Amino acid sequence: MKHLKLLGTTALAAIIGFSPAMAQVAELGTPEGKLNIVAWPGYIERGETMAEFDWVTSFEESTGCMVQVKSANTSDEMVALMNEGGFDLVTASGDASLRLVAGQRVQPINLSLIPSWDTVDDRLKEAPWYVVDGVHYGVPYQWGPNVLMYNTDVFGDSPPNSWDVVFAEMDLPDGQTNKGRVQAYDGPIHIADAAQYLMYHSPELGITSPYELNQAQYDAALDLLRVQRTLTARYWHDAFIQMDDFRNEGMAASGTWPFQVNLLQGDGVPVASVIPQEGATGWADTTMMHVNAENTTCAYLWIEHSLSSNLQADLSVWFGANPVVPAACTDGRGMQTAEGCTKNGFDDFDRIRFWTTPVSSCESQDECVPYYRWVSDYIGVIGGR
Amino acid sequence: MTLAADLTPREAKPNGAVLPSRGLGDRVSAVFWRHPNVLLVTLLALPLLWLVVVYLGSLAALLLQSFYSIDEFSGMIRREFTLSTYAELLRPANMDIIIRTVSMSAAVTLGAVIIAFPIAYFAARYARGHWKALFYLGVMLPLWSSYLVKVYAWKLILAREGIITWVTDGIGASAVLNGILALPVIGGSSLSTSYIGTWLVFLYVWLPYMILPMQASLERVPQSMLEASADLGASRWQTLRTVIFPLALPGIIAGSIFTFSLTMGDYIIPQIVGSSRRFIGQAVYQLQGTAGNIPLAAAFAVVPIVIMLIYLTIARRKGAFDAL
Repeated sequence: MKHLKLLGTTALAAIIGFSPAMAQVAELGTPEGKLNIVAWPGYIERGETMAEFDWVTSFEESTGCMVQVKSANTSDEMVALMNEGGFDLVTASGDASLRLVAGQRVQPINLSLIPSWDTVDDRLKEAPWYVVDGVHYGVPYQWGPNVLMYNTDVFGDSPPNSWDVVFAEMDLPDGQTNKGRVQAYDGPIHIADAAQYLMYHSPELGITSPYELNQAQYDAALDLLRVQRTLTARYWHDAFIQMDDFRNEGMAASGTWPFQVNLLQGDGVPVASVIPQEGATGWADTTMMHVNAENTTCAYLWIEHSLSSNLQADLSVWFGANPVVPAACTDGRGMQTAEGCTKNGFDDFDRIRFWTTPVSSCESQDECVPYYRWVSDYIGVIGGR
Repeated sequence: MTLAADLTPREAKPNGAVLPSRGLGDRVSAVFWRHPNVLLVTLLALPLLWLVVVYLGSLAALLLQSFYSIDEFSGMIRREFTLSTYAELLRPANMDIIIRTVSMSAAVTLGAVIIAFPIAYFAARYARGHWKALFYLGVMLPLWSSYLVKVYAWKLILAREGIITWVTDGIGASAVLNGILALPVIGGSSLSTSYIGTWLVFLYVWLPYMILPMQASLERVPQSMLEASADLGASRWQTLRTVIFPLALPGIIAGSIFTFSLTMGDYIIPQIVGSSRRFIGQAVYQLQGTAGNIPLAAAFAVVPIVIMLIYLTIARRKGAFDAL
């Protein structure tokens, strides 16, 4: 039912336009002593998984705000938890953030209360997935690309320069076909990867955003994915299963997150990653504050902490992501280094198209294919239709 | 009631026996004693509430959702009665999912019957004492370890660089394995990405649910009937076919209900081992998620219920529930 309501409010807000900004916090009081955050697994670490990855303890010591984390595995779970209430902050991805704004579950952020706002990456300061009508409904938290991972034993000295290797049948540098040796993400959002490939290779289709496809563009993307089905033995869903497939199934190439690349390289598996000439899709997460947040002072202090402490640097190492504060790559506040940021795709921002939920009323054209059809059609494509 | 009537005049007598004053517990139990139905309702209220509200209520909510539809343009749910969502199930891609799931359930059930029968027969007819205990332990042991651990372990066993490939290479039988993997539809690039692999893992995970009821029904086949069969000149094969099998059939059907329905509802095994082609459980999981297409997810969820109802009706006619 929550889902129904959510869909209802989202659509309603889309129709009548977003409502005017609600009141924001004017000044900070005394810290409330606690803070409740909804986050992706691994996003808020207090040194319990690995001792050196800890960006909570120092915050608790300096502010007295005890942090409670509720992990959510999907954007839907996040939205559902925020609808239930009882939380102060959420680390929302691009598909959840606008839904939360439209559903009036989050409040505008008073940027003047966040001293480190100026250090935030200029490329993210006005990003459309959390800034609506000029109002900031959050502060960027972390971002990353979906890279092309390949087996260095197979590709040798000639790393792939195009997503071709996962979209078209070909012989790889080791002389064998790529059939049965490539993988693709099993989430319907992978249709956007196909659309981005077409954007580059079939300009006559006129795709301007891989998330805004009309019927003809959408059909072309599905046709491309049908070819991919014949090459793909198994689609990946779980990061650890994909890593196992690169170890034991002789996989040669696949779209993936830097997270898997880093872990596999750490284990000595011969893999590397590139962002090919067509560019890549990616994710960008935002810290957003619940409209009825009880611990507003602690929440503001946390947002400041998320930008100014070791969090940005260490989280980007931990997750294979990129800091939203460029200085975190170089100033030694954490474990991240300039090389590490480059490896995680920091310099490729402009070539990354960040994930947003496809909706039927899109900006670039009259009407786009909405996400629920992406889901059912992608199920069909994987099923061989 | 007569006893109660007896008591009243005696209590009324001033010089009668001195009875202890009746406490709350006495009075409550007296009410229960006089009105047995009150006791019945009190005891049954909670479990009934659970059954009706939690079980049937959620099922009804599910059923209701499946009669709604999703608006083609806005993606919003139209809360009006319609059968269009069920019509959507008939689309080729969705029919594929249903046929795929039912075929896999049937194949797993058939495989389980064939493998479980000799095991159950041995356990029921020949195993004694320690051997019997060992048998139960052997069958139950896999059930005690985590389902996910078993499935991941199987993924490793079946992998292209796993132990099966290693063994077949070692004994020079890789041509056989490649021949099997080259089969259309059920083959694939390795065992762990083919239907054969999915089938093997399903078979392993659900096998105990087939063996146990089968063994229970085989144990109930009277020895005297087997002797009579032998006296009348039946060969061992004839006895098996015409005496043991029909008498064990209820147990086999009971086991098949487990393997069939468990396979039909599972969404984890086909995600870890297989070619990523969706099964009903996976489709439901995905459609109710970000897609927000709850009507279609609900309609999909109704499919196994309908199939199982048909299956159970047939099973009941065959007397399967006598063996449970």
